[in-house]
Amino acid sequence: MTVKTREDNLLSESQPGAKRIAKEEDLGLVETQYFTFAHPPHELVLESGEKLGPITLAFETYGRLNEEKSNAILTLHALSGDAHAAGFHEGDEKPGWWDSMIGPGKAFDTDKYFVICSNVIGGCKGSTGPSSINPKTDKPYGLEFPTITIKDMVVAQRHLVDFLGIEKLLAVAGGSMGGMQALQWVISYPGRVCSAIPIATTAKHSPQQIAFNEVGRQAIMADPNWKEGDYYGGPLPAKGLAVARMIGHITYMSDASMAEKFGRRFKDSKKFLKFDTDFEVEGYLLYRGNNFVKRFDANSYLCITKALDYFDLSGGENLHEVLKGIRAKFLVIAFKSDWLYPAYQSQEIVRACKMAGVDATYCEIHSTYGHDAFLLEFQQETHLISHFLRRVFDEYEALGECER
Amino acid sequence: MNVRDDKLEYKVILEWVRENSSVLDLGCGNGELLSLLVAEKKVKGQGIEIDERAIYKCVERGLSVFHGDVDTGLSEYGDGSFDYVILCQSFQQVREPDVVLKEALRVGKEVIVSFPNFAHYRARLQMFFHGKTPVTPSLPYEWYDTPNLHFLSIFDFIEYCRKRNIRIKDSIFIGMNKRVSIFANFFAGVGIFRLSRYPCPSGSLKCLEPRGLRLFLRLKYRV
Repeated sequence: MTVKTREDNLLSESQPGAKRIAKEEDLGLVETQYFTFAHPPHELVLESGEKLGPITLAFETYGRLNEEKSNAILTLHALSGDAHAAGFHEGDEKPGWWDSMIGPGKAFDTDKYFVICSNVIGGCKGSTGPSSINPKTDKPYGLEFPTITIKDMVVAQRHLVDFLGIEKLLAVAGGSMGGMQALQWVISYPGRVCSAIPIATTAKHSPQQIAFNEVGRQAIMADPNWKEGDYYGGPLPAKGLAVARMIGHITYMSDASMAEKFGRRFKDSKKFLKFDTDFEVEGYLLYRGNNFVKRFDANSYLCITKALDYFDLSGGENLHEVLKGIRAKFLVIAFKSDWLYPAYQSQEIVRACKMAGVDATYCEIHSTYGHDAFLLEFQQETHLISHFLRRVFDEYEALGECER
Repeated sequence: MNVRDDKLEYKVILEWVRENSSVLDLGCGNGELLSLLVAEKKVKGQGIEIDERAIYKCVERGLSVFHGDVDTGLSEYGDGSFDYVILCQSFQQVREPDVVLKEALRVGKEVIVSFPNFAHYRARLQMFFHGKTPVTPSLPYEWYDTPNLHFLSIFDFIEYCRKRNIRIKDSIFIGMNKRVSIFANFFAGVGIFRLSRYPCPSGSLKCLEPRGLRLFLRLKYRV
């Protein structure tokens, strides 16, 4: 998904964001770090009432925290992401998942800001999740792992931010599930966030979004290797997880981006082989699905998709009531062709901001990439985010306080 | 935005807007006026703009702006949420000016409206002598590429306010980059109005406009 097809780039001329990208430098080698807390008997009490501890969170940091500790930005990842947002791990050919956005001179300018990327609990990328060892049984948690919500993820991240000695975050930012965490941060800890940048996200999961996730979960649970989640040490529920991921990938792209990328092209000249993967799009999905199995845990997939589905920022209340009194500034970004998290969901957030008197900016970026756009349309995002952050940072610096 | 009269137009609006007030700029474009208001009047500004390119410019200027439609973008705001709602050269571009103005007057304590005058003498001459859709400094577009959806004159607007019982607190007319004080409907390319959501207190002399002083009004506006 590297071909840029868009002809009229809205930022083609004289845009500082675009220029800076041209002379970007890399962050170079980075390492994931681990923070462990909530040791028994001080376990974290989760939203479900269950207890979890000890908890390890994987995180990475880029740039330097200034003396006033006023330049810290927390970036948050999507469903299958990890703490490795930017730079390279030793021996890796590919940089982190948001490397186009985080680095010297980039949207999250590491020359200026101290950028943290935190993993989530429930995951399988170095943080405590269903594949971690349960200290009570000395075996992987599996289905014993408690139900996690976006709120719980944010509580855990707050412990990390405390540990890093940061009282106030200049910004919390993320796309998709990362955007939900960013929103939750503002609601859970309004006094600790100067601004929020929720991208391609929603304030609550819609029935359609829940439905897609449920099909994915059913695929995993239908795999005979899943064994009620107790598959560690044996064969993995690879087929089920791959199918779940394939469904996911369909929802991440748009009709137009699929047509652009694959058309109706065949993988090779052979046709009419019974139910073989002969279309390019089939091959792509299969490849993506099978690749995913190598790097993601099926139980984590179940756990995190459920957290997404439970997500309702306002908890059934009117969203604008929940946002009342919030001083953080919002930059809400949506993408035109995103049908998984359609722009109307971002507009709902913006409408609630209007009603609550919350300072907000909203931009609906023209893109054909679908939901994936938040990882790909970095030029537009860079422009919006770099200027927005500069404004928030300048105000914070000038007033010594980010609230107006 | 027209090219020749906008500087003066901004100046007039800047004079009208109180310091430290709150402003909602509907159809704020590149955010030029709004950033002026923020810089010089320390207003708390919010823009609404439909054009994506313009949004990037606004954000570059450090403004808060919503990417969206002016026609549907006001319903969430409570009554009197802003000290001023501004429709600077965007009033004639909305789909339903009647609805938008009504909403603007609900949301803003005052509304500032400016628009190109379709009855400007140059427009009239072009229509009369050439039989063509006028292209003038304040109406710089050809018929096929104009963003303007409604073509109104200064007098149209005054009559409209009278009909809708909208109080005009102040009005300034601009032509050839100067203030026009007589026969505005003929000589002015742009009309700028300051409207209030509150009807006239009875007996106030200032408030006679536009209902009273009909004769004067005739001279001032109507030709």
